Amino acid sequence: MAWYVGRRLLQMVPVFLGATLLIYAMVFALPGDPIQALGGDRGLNEAVAAQLRAEYNLDKPFFVQYLLYLKGILTLDFGTTFSGREVIDVMGEVFPVTFQLSIMALTFEAVLGITVGLIAGLRKGKLFDATALLVSLVVIAVPIFVIGFVLQFVVGVKLQWLPVTVGGDVTFRTLLMPAIVLGAVSFAYVLRLTRTSVAENLTADFVRTATAKGLSRSRVVNVHVLRNSLIPVVTYLGADLGALMAGAIVTEGIFNIPGVGNTLYRAIQQGQAPTVVSLVTVLVVVYIVANLFVDMLYALLDPRIRYA
Amino acid sequence: MKIRRIAGFAASLTVGALVLTACSSTPGDTETTQGSAGGPSTGIVTANSSEPQNPLIPTNTNETGGGKILDLIFAGLVNYDAQGNPQNEVAESIESEDSQNYTITLKDGWTFTDGTDVTASSFVDAWNYGALLSNDQLSSYFFEDIEGFSWDEDSELTGLEVVDDKTFTVALKQPAADFPLRLGYSAYFPLPEVAFEDIEAFGENPIGNGPYMLDGEGAWQHNIGIDLVPNPDYQGDRTAQNGGVSLKFYETQDAAYNDLLADQLDVLDAVPDSAFGTFEDELGDRAVNQPAAIFQSFTIPMTLERFSGEEGTLRRQAISMAINRQEITDAIFQGTRTPAKDFTSPVIAGWSEDVSGSEVLAYNPDEAKRLWAEADAMAPFTGTFTIGYNTDGGHQAWVDAVTNSIKNTLGIQAEGKPYPTFQALRDDVTNRTITGAFRTGWQADYPGLYNFLGPLYGTNAGSNDGDYSNPEFDDLIKQGSAAQSIEEANTFYQQAQEVLFQDLPAIPLWYSNVTGGSATTVDNVEFGWNSVPLYYQVTKS
Repeated sequence: MAWYVGRRLLQMVPVFLGATLLIYAMVFALPGDPIQALGGDRGLNEAVAAQLRAEYNLDKPFFVQYLLYLKGILTLDFGTTFSGREVIDVMGEVFPVTFQLSIMALTFEAVLGITVGLIAGLRKGKLFDATALLVSLVVIAVPIFVIGFVLQFVVGVKLQWLPVTVGGDVTFRTLLMPAIVLGAVSFAYVLRLTRTSVAENLTADFVRTATAKGLSRSRVVNVHVLRNSLIPVVTYLGADLGALMAGAIVTEGIFNIPGVGNTLYRAIQQGQAPTVVSLVTVLVVVYIVANLFVDMLYALLDPRIRYA
Repeated sequence: MKIRRIAGFAASLTVGALVLTACSSTPGDTETTQGSAGGPSTGIVTANSSEPQNPLIPTNTNETGGGKILDLIFAGLVNYDAQGNPQNEVAESIESEDSQNYTITLKDGWTFTDGTDVTASSFVDAWNYGALLSNDQLSSYFFEDIEGFSWDEDSELTGLEVVDDKTFTVALKQPAADFPLRLGYSAYFPLPEVAFEDIEAFGENPIGNGPYMLDGEGAWQHNIGIDLVPNPDYQGDRTAQNGGVSLKFYETQDAAYNDLLADQLDVLDAVPDSAFGTFEDELGDRAVNQPAAIFQSFTIPMTLERFSGEEGTLRRQAISMAINRQEITDAIFQGTRTPAKDFTSPVIAGWSEDVSGSEVLAYNPDEAKRLWAEADAMAPFTGTFTIGYNTDGGHQAWVDAVTNSIKNTLGIQAEGKPYPTFQALRDDVTNRTITGAFRTGWQADYPGLYNFLGPLYGTNAGSNDGDYSNPEFDDLIKQGSAAQSIEEANTFYQQAQEVLFQDLPAIPLWYSNVTGGSATTVDNVEFGWNSVPLYYQVTKS
């Protein structure tokens, strides 16, 4: 097991190098000179622009820039933003916010998705099942920003039940609506996955055996059906954590959340390579770790899966 | 210039309703709620803003996110009232015999919030810091008229001389009648001595002499907002009428607008495109929609084939007359733009809507066709007329409308030429590799006509992207700068505009309006000449 984890962690090194190189190259390829853009329509005097370019290493060839960036990372120096702030400080501010939002969204989609999916699966073909499927279809079909704007306007502006935006007030209450919006689509997928899986396992041999042994209905459902049905769901949820963190850009924009998405969006617009690369790299790492965690969970859910 | 971050998307052409809103066209005409003029209120006013793109150092701030804060925590030699008229703030007097050598005396009793006095050195040292080449200050160009300034090497501003604690003199390289007018811009603010010890730390927790100060260390929460409280030692006329100002940073204007509707934000200075058609109904008399000091145009490079010489002049005039500005501002911008009448802005003192030659801005398809045919008689036009624009700023809708207007009137091929980002467009413009017309915009740094003319159309001027050059224009600008008073200078500047209307180096389109509003929680909301609300006079109980 330890050997397996070690090998997986070692795999992160080439992934990390590849990801940073690719992202750095993409930001480098963005059209336009980010330094001149600092001056707006007026532009900057060439003397000042040249000095600023030198300060941010933008006057050097691509590979030199990239190697300087990598060298910085080894000493935990992720570079500075155009406003003179350390990128690592920026990351320290935005990641906790987005992480909290993503965990809330994940909890929402997991708890509600599995519960509704289980009931729907147990009552396959009944009214509850049909309704749940219809609702999930609608949620999947409607773009997330439409759900966001509508919910914000109705619940926030008109009914005033929850705050309209988050801003600096990052609490459970302010993040509740954004988390629901962020997790909405995944909720629908989790629901459908659970439902299908449960419905399938209900007819499996081991369930018939368990029922024949005289086990109670609740024990059959909770231990035998649900536990076995969760494997595809957990796979999905694990991959989804990364997707939620990276995909919060739209939600963070609508609800004005000072998280990774907003910062990333602005950094891309301004062509700030160190900020973009650092943020995305951390997202890549989160993705890898979450998937490793999921693989570990398999062993817990199904003793037949062993890692040697 | 202050760069305004434009978020959001273009108002789509398919928005059918042609809402005719009342665009005020008189300078300083404000649509605000006038509350009872009582004593100061105690509530903390919340307002929208955006994360400053640079540390809060006056000479290194050139965008509105930082500018809003600096204007509140600093007091310069002069400030501007809502109409853009300068009035002395820290200055007791600004005197000059020849518009080139100025003697500036300061009022007594002014202090920074760290207790030190505001002296002549506070200004001279700050300006020298801002002008020094190796300090890379984004607003250093504000000092280029002062004797001693250099773009090539570090050099002291030898034109600045401290006479005594409260007096200093300024020697300019050439006369500038509007120099006193410029002094209200943030680049000219004074700095306390402590600033130079560690300028980076200062930029994080600036110490000023304005009506407000930061609410303690760390009042600036990055990407979230900044809390300002009244400065009890403030000496000027902009005394805070509220218990403080809390600026909240928004990434999208939609979020800020929804907060305003829910009374969770008090003052908003940027209505999102999506609400252009509805905000005046939703906010009623709390809505603001008035011209701002922002001029929009597109520039046709002087060297563009078929657009130079006598033939080019005819074509430029034809194109200008082929654009139905009123219809486009109504249909696409829902009345949140005001059709241009000149090359400046109606909020600037000295603005006139009937500068001789401005007829070319009126929609006149018959005359346009006639002039175009006349030019074609000299040499026929082939190919496509293009207007370059950046797709990240909501420009596509109007560019399409303008090129359609040209196409339909003149019967030529005309289309927009999209660039993915603002940077990409500017690259092509700066390198002079652009092969067609391109959009240009200008927001004034200070309320003077010169600011819209000299830097854009003077021969070899910094922002003369179309390489326009006309000795007659240069001469009139020079005479204006050497004039004895602003009023006298303005008559020269208006004559210079007549030259521009002849040559049309750029085709004026419209003035951007400031669109905003206030929640039911506050009173006395008025917008300044630069489209920023006068936060200090807002009252909230």
